Amino acid sequence: MSENHELHLRERGDIGMAFWVTGFVLLVLLPLLNVLPPEDSWLHFSDFSLNRFGKFLAFAIVALGLDLIWGYTGILSLGQGVFFGLGAYCMGMHLMLTIGKESVYGSELPDFMVWNQVKELPFFWKPFYSLPVALLGAILVPTAFALLFGFLAFRSRIKGVYFAIITQATALVAWLVFNRNETNLGGTNGLTDFKQLLGFRLSEPGTQRALYVLTVLCLGGAYLLCRWIIRSRAGKVLIAVRDSEQRVVFSGYTPANYKLFVFVVAAALAGLAGLLYVPQVGIITPAQIGVLPSLEMVIWVAVGGRGTLAGAVLGAVSVNLGRSVLTNYFPELWPFILGGLFVTVVLLFPDGLVGVGRRIGEQWPHISRRVSFIMPATKG
Amino acid sequence: MTDKGSIIYLEGVTVDYDGFKALNNLNFIVDYNELRVVIGPNGAGKTTLLDVICGKTKPAAGRVIFGKDTELIGKREDEIVKLGIGRKFQAPSIYANLTVWENLDLSLKRLSKGVFPTLLGSSTQAERIKIGDALETIGLNDVAQTRAGSLSHGQKQWLEIGMVILQDPSLLLVDEPVAGMTDEETEQTGMLLQSLAEKHAIVVIEHDMEFVRQIARIVTVLHEGTVICEGPVEKVQADDRVREIYLGRQKVHA
Repeated sequence: MSENHELHLRERGDIGMAFWVTGFVLLVLLPLLNVLPPEDSWLHFSDFSLNRFGKFLAFAIVALGLDLIWGYTGILSLGQGVFFGLGAYCMGMHLMLTIGKESVYGSELPDFMVWNQVKELPFFWKPFYSLPVALLGAILVPTAFALLFGFLAFRSRIKGVYFAIITQATALVAWLVFNRNETNLGGTNGLTDFKQLLGFRLSEPGTQRALYVLTVLCLGGAYLLCRWIIRSRAGKVLIAVRDSEQRVVFSGYTPANYKLFVFVVAAALAGLAGLLYVPQVGIITPAQIGVLPSLEMVIWVAVGGRGTLAGAVLGAVSVNLGRSVLTNYFPELWPFILGGLFVTVVLLFPDGLVGVGRRIGEQWPHISRRVSFIMPATKG
Repeated sequence: MTDKGSIIYLEGVTVDYDGFKALNNLNFIVDYNELRVVIGPNGAGKTTLLDVICGKTKPAAGRVIFGKDTELIGKREDEIVKLGIGRKFQAPSIYANLTVWENLDLSLKRLSKGVFPTLLGSSTQAERIKIGDALETIGLNDVAQTRAGSLSHGQKQWLEIGMVILQDPSLLLVDEPVAGMTDEETEQTGMLLQSLAEKHAIVVIEHDMEFVRQIARIVTVLHEGTVICEGPVEKVQADDRVREIYLGRQKVHA
């Protein structure tokens, strides 16, 4: 019996072929297709496309975290945009400060402060002159916020739709706070016009390529981290919390601690994604961290297939790819397409793209048999 | 277990739901190595009794003593679990998306069930043997790697019993284990509980009188939150008040 079980574990312990193939395509093939073929070749992967993919892959990191908390643990958070935003703003503040005298007004202060007649750099901006502080902050600020928020929410046994509502309210509050000029974070226009990072020009394709590669590596690391968590016994506890929280309590676990843990991990991943997003996209505004972006993140995971890590990545990339293709043709229709997609997925394909793929795989022998059965029948 | 005396001792316990007394000055004592069956009509307070013992419901008055001198009132549910009280719920309460093995593995008694030890921990050989033994006991060996959600109703109930016994409790609380089971499943469940009673004290709540006769040694009859009769099955069935309570509700077979 136990022998059987070990075999089973070893079998599942291997990292799938799909991981290495995807890794090879993202990490080696796409950058090579960007650098090697001449620009007019059909094989050429443009700087613009590579940069856009970098953005999608940063989003995929958010989706992984959201999948941990929603897909595996069954807790719907509608506030992941806040954690993403905290990470993005930490990085953005550093990038603002490295602009220095290159700014439009030629002042050491960021342009929006000059515009708002702020004479002196606010105290909380000062540590962000240091890149290590900004990098650490991008992870630790969302982590600390999630720790406090999650502690209060889960201790009070807030669950289900109530948790979804308070996280959404938090996203709204964050949006309002970041929008205010008094907050000294650039108001509605956010942080933008970045010039350089560690002395490398952000406008250079080489810099963007490096950021892309860094994003792929971070995504790979995030994937392995999430995979390790869900395959551990603690990962099984997360699924158990989703299936029967009462039984988890009566098996001697404290579900609140597990929820807090996974909520904090998800927040840290969202912060990391924000950090990687900002230098690649070149702007962060409150519009990217509020209620709507937070909802979109949920849609990525739902479309890809919640409860599978591959699904989260697939969903984030495919929905965003769909968006950037479709908004070229029907910009004003996109919200309807996105909403329709969500409803369709929830009603018809609860396991998302991954589930559809799996179902086709399972059904294929039946379908082909039926077709070969019908074909001769119609002849006769 | 060599301990003498009572494993659970309830004295003057009252549970008040806005004026409705689910338990009314209840006294209830179970000894070590006892298999006790609690019967009574709907609303008699049977499930509330279990809720009080395992900390889910806080009584308005009374004492609940576990073992020699551990007061349970005021303790959290998980603390009570750690003291050695396991509970099997009425509706099967298992982890549908995990395998039978994983269900049992999570339930196994371990030194720490905190996040980080659980994240880093791996199974020892001794733990695997314990799980294997439990699978044997509950008769689910063949389906160890099956997703628990696809088990039959009876198998789910046994799985949950297996999960509870892996916590190694000294007292097992079992709420209507055979509801919805086939006759064959009911009989197997009866044998399972009797074999468990050799090592654990068990309190079983049940409606099914046939089943009660199969397993019971001592039966406690609850009515409107108090004990109205207690003793061997034959004595209880002969009791006039018990007949009166059950008359028109559920026939007590002679």
